[in-house]
Amino acid sequence: MIGATRGLNPLFAADNNDITMPMTADYNREDVELDALYRDTVLDHYRSPRGRKTLDRVDLSRDGHNPLCGDRLTLSLKLSGDKIADVAVKGNGCAISIASASMLAEMLPGMTRGDAQRLAEIFRQMMHGHPAPAGVDVGDLDSLEGVRQFPVRIKCALLAWMTLVDVLRQADSGTAETSITVTENDGEVV
Amino acid sequence: MNPVTAIARPERDVMPSALPVERARADFPILKRMIHGSPLVYLDSAATTQKPQIVIDTIAEYYRQTNANVHRGVYALSAQATDLYEKARGKVAAFIGAEKTDQIIFTRNTTEAINLVAYSWGLAHLQTNDEILLTEMEHHSNLVPWYLVAPKTGAVVRHLPIHDDGTLALERWKEFFTPKTRIVAVAHTSNVLGTINPIASIAARAHAAGALVLLDAAQGVPHAPFDVVALDADFVAFSAHKMLGPTGVGVLYGRRELLEGMDPFLGGGDMIRTVTLQGATWNDLPWKFEAGTPNIAGVIGFGAAIDYLSALGMDKVRRHEMELTDYALARMNALDSVDVYGPADATARAGVIAFNHRRIHPHDLATILDRRGIAIRAGHHCAQPLMERLGQSATARASFYVYNTRDEVDALIEGLIAAGKFFERNQ
Repeated sequence: MIGATRGLNPLFAADNNDITMPMTADYNREDVELDALYRDTVLDHYRSPRGRKTLDRVDLSRDGHNPLCGDRLTLSLKLSGDKIADVAVKGNGCAISIASASMLAEMLPGMTRGDAQRLAEIFRQMMHGHPAPAGVDVGDLDSLEGVRQFPVRIKCALLAWMTLVDVLRQADSGTAETSITVTENDGEVV
Repeated sequence: MNPVTAIARPERDVMPSALPVERARADFPILKRMIHGSPLVYLDSAATTQKPQIVIDTIAEYYRQTNANVHRGVYALSAQATDLYEKARGKVAAFIGAEKTDQIIFTRNTTEAINLVAYSWGLAHLQTNDEILLTEMEHHSNLVPWYLVAPKTGAVVRHLPIHDDGTLALERWKEFFTPKTRIVAVAHTSNVLGTINPIASIAARAHAAGALVLLDAAQGVPHAPFDVVALDADFVAFSAHKMLGPTGVGVLYGRRELLEGMDPFLGGGDMIRTVTLQGATWNDLPWKFEAGTPNIAGVIGFGAAIDYLSALGMDKVRRHEMELTDYALARMNALDSVDVYGPADATARAGVIAFNHRRIHPHDLATILDRRGIAIRAGHHCAQPLMERLGQSATARASFYVYNTRDEVDALIEGLIAAGKFFERNQ
């Protein structure tokens, strides 16, 4: 009945994952996509997130919020001229959002604001299927590539980065809002 | 909040469920689906339930054979559609023990039913400094309508607290229920903690002081025998889609004299008696509150869902869920890595279990379980004040219904153990 309906109506087409595989009770059964989502590097950042500290001076700060899962983080930057001198991250979230924010905290210190914005855009493009340009060092962000296979989780990976883009853009334009919300679909800042 | 005290895993014999679960499962075509290569284990019925074939067929058959607008045409088809629509209303009335069929108003969902009362009753009756008493465990659908209406009337919203075990702090009733309280709007059953609240006792206290009682029964009516007269509720709101029916149909039950005294919520076709260029007069109950063409097919499908549940027997539905919850609580409490929220005793709660893994965020947990075909909810469950009270930004939630089995609880437990091993690898 269901199969017949699917055959007739493309609306009900089965997704690629909807195939029959033998089910086992093996706790360690193979799941390539899940392994790619939670790579060892990702779990390492999740277990020991970088940037969990208090800065001696905060020049820019912004709250990011993911309304679907309730994740919240506060991103604080200490500047030195045009450079980002140090980064602090506060907040709770899933492994993907914590790991992504940790990578941000690891990579940003020493970068110019412009480079940081460019890296954020490269990462956003990576999450939408466009590989980083040749020669660009994206550090551990490569390990988040598996998130692409889990579209509802892309916004988790982007939360810290979109918060960064927003705080820098705001600093450039001199406005003074204090929080952003990342939309469900593609992590565009709204 | 402290997790409930661990109880031993039940090795004891449990009476086999009175519900013919395996037979019932065959009635739900979606349960044959494979998800990521595993059979679907659907544990999110508190969000929406799956639909039996008879409900799907009834809706399709209505469109094939009887489709016409209701309460309008003089022709046979319209009369038949109207008859089916109104018969479904009768089924709902009987299902919850309403005295009269015209006390059943069809809305889009529970949320709209509560908004109807907040606006139609609230705007007319609430005055400056009047109080609306809610609780800390409410779903947003029983918070936000009151937050919208209160400032328009000058009324104030208060919240009865809960204990750490997820039950209402009724001993503090007098602190929160004052001579100014005009209405108590409370969940019959918590959509997060599963707590079944002592409604008859709340109604007796409120009525003794002349206040009204509204029940958000979205998690109550679907899961146990329900009698509006015995509960002595003034308003009851619930949704068809949480009890095997289609989405887009909700119900407001109200005491007749209250509904009669209220102005319409929405204006339009079907809800008027006369319209002139100067104004309008209202139709009788219940149509006064059903402006525009309703979800006719949905209501008729809801009637089929009620017939299905009635045939199963609501006392058996309750017993089945209680046994399953008791089993699931025992197995989850036996896991060191899992904290369970809400009352420890399955007889005091519905088949809804909120929990957290100590080392895995609920969002990650839901992703990992989904890869094994297990559908659970992760997030704030539209109850952010309650999450705040629990000190959690989010929880995982498993919820059961007539088609769930012990094997599926076992699959959940295996999934939780596997998720733990997966996340703690290389350590």
